[in-house]
Amino acid sequence: MAILTYREAVVRALDEEMARDDDVIFFGEDVGRAGGVFKVTPGLWETYGNDRVRDTPISEAAIVGAGIGAAITGMRPVIELMFADFAAVTLDQIVNQAAKMRYLSGGQITVPLTIRAAQGGGVGFGAQHSQCCETWFMHAPGIKVVVPSTPADVLGLLKTAIRDDNPVVFLEHKGQYAEKGEVPDGEHLVPFGVANIVREGRDVTIVAVQRMIGVAMKAAVELEKSGISCEVIDPRTLVPLDMATITESVKKTGRLITVEEAVQAGGWGAEVATQIADHAIWSLEAPIVRVTLKTGLIPFSGPLEEYVTPSKDDVIAAVRRVMET
Amino acid sequence: MTAQTNPVERLDPQTRRHMLRSMIEVRTVEAQIQELFLENVIRGTTHLCDGQEAVSVGMAAAISPSRGDTVTCTYRGHGHALALGLPIETMMAEIMGKAAGSSKGKGGSMHLTDMRNGLIGTFAVVGAGLPISNGAALTAQIRKTGAVAVAIFGDGTANIGTFHEALNLAAVWKLPTIFLCENNLYGEYSAYEDTAPVANVADRAVAYGMPGVIVDGQDAEAVYAAMRSAVARAQAGDGPTLVEAKTYRYRGHSRTDPASYRRAGELDQWLRRDPIMVLADRMIADGELMQEELEQIGQTAVKSIEDATKWAMAQPYPALDSVYEDIWV
Repeated sequence: MAILTYREAVVRALDEEMARDDDVIFFGEDVGRAGGVFKVTPGLWETYGNDRVRDTPISEAAIVGAGIGAAITGMRPVIELMFADFAAVTLDQIVNQAAKMRYLSGGQITVPLTIRAAQGGGVGFGAQHSQCCETWFMHAPGIKVVVPSTPADVLGLLKTAIRDDNPVVFLEHKGQYAEKGEVPDGEHLVPFGVANIVREGRDVTIVAVQRMIGVAMKAAVELEKSGISCEVIDPRTLVPLDMATITESVKKTGRLITVEEAVQAGGWGAEVATQIADHAIWSLEAPIVRVTLKTGLIPFSGPLEEYVTPSKDDVIAAVRRVMET
Repeated sequence: MTAQTNPVERLDPQTRRHMLRSMIEVRTVEAQIQELFLENVIRGTTHLCDGQEAVSVGMAAAISPSRGDTVTCTYRGHGHALALGLPIETMMAEIMGKAAGSSKGKGGSMHLTDMRNGLIGTFAVVGAGLPISNGAALTAQIRKTGAVAVAIFGDGTANIGTFHEALNLAAVWKLPTIFLCENNLYGEYSAYEDTAPVANVADRAVAYGMPGVIVDGQDAEAVYAAMRSAVARAQAGDGPTLVEAKTYRYRGHSRTDPASYRRAGELDQWLRRDPIMVLADRMIADGELMQEELEQIGQTAVKSIEDATKWAMAQPYPALDSVYEDIWV
């Protein structure tokens, strides 16, 4: 077991896959010579050269389009959009083109493209550089959506993403880049659609991803002191979504809380809640509670950003509410 | 309309004949499709390319899908697809939404795809294909295949962001991309001159450090010659070219558009330089074609398209379960 940061896990995954397969190429804004604005991809340009690792102009639609075209014609491109918020600039290429080309061509086209981007708040970047955008892509069938929470998952899921023959949106949480964690030695692949039960518990199921796993875990530790046992589940991928593991957990605990660093309306928490209502409503002993951003917008001011973001106390309050019912 | 590039080479009689036959086929198919729409055999909408056939056949003759050359085009793509080799039967079946369609009825008129013949996509969102052609060009560049990627688009596309992003990236990376603009004078219902501040789309090439070539889009041989030059430049590693074919759309933008915004006499003026006539007249003058042969080619096209239409009409619709297929690999 080695200890890697979340950031180092990204570059290890890219390095391993580029070494393994010459068809893997990587490009985006400032990713080559500069090693990325988040210093996530240092050394790749030096190792693999200008053919396979390229800096691009600030042209998100051109970047995604070039990724699609290269993918269609036999490469396995990984592209970086820097801030996930910038996906809005190139949404057509992602949701209308990458997602639909296989379908519209009746299966003639394959788009093995990985789109990396950094999302999430907590770093004072304001409303256009802090969003968690995972749900944007859940509405585009044809795209897989990956939200890794630990360095080991970053490594294993990014390698899986690169080998997947579908377009994958791989969202890294920029607030977690410095977090450290154990990473297995040797080849480490994590399959899509398999949730991780981060903590086992009896009384409440808490589903969270990325930075909110840490928040949920802190709440779980504190609640344990008052005798409330929380099960914390990390779906790891939202498309495909491992509802079987979540449903099984809810059948055991009878209570469900989702924790999202994102907008409440139409979020993945709403999808999880609805599916539980469909398939396990008679197992519920309390209403389902969604803990989300208090507003959809992320303010700049430090205390305000901290206030709108789900906290340990918000999760504890939600748990206490469902335990009282 | 001025043609600033004249044919630099006379094509051999066989290639000319192939291009002529192909243009007549496209014209006949479009007439058939219009009829089928009016009879409600085909649903949705369609964007016909009558008048622009020389661009399709000149482009197709200049590239080599077997080498890995690829094409992206617009929703006005029947001509390009046919010129590249998509069988008429499967195209008709696709446009009718049949299981035997080239995309199993999932794409339709606006999304023809034919990977076997290099057509990697027909894009119904203006400008969407250009960045994707760059990606195909990137593959060719990295693998050193000598292949080129052709992005076909209309004059309206010159005003959307992806045009600028794609030309810029292609130039910076010296990609073997050929940007082929069909300037048919109208972006949907609006005249080019009302929506663009420069006289020619090709004028924009200078901003991206690439040649901007204007070609007579009614002359298949001129289009061929311009495309061959662009292919040679791409293969030499010198990067992309913007080719602007000056052409004209005989019909409105789509099925429901009578094109009443056209200036009086404009259509008649363009009909006098009909692309089929331009090539046929030249072949007749060069003693390569008899008037009776021209008529014969027309009759053969009508017959084969009637047969293709009958075949497509007799095909079943896709099984309902097929909606769940081809979403994921």
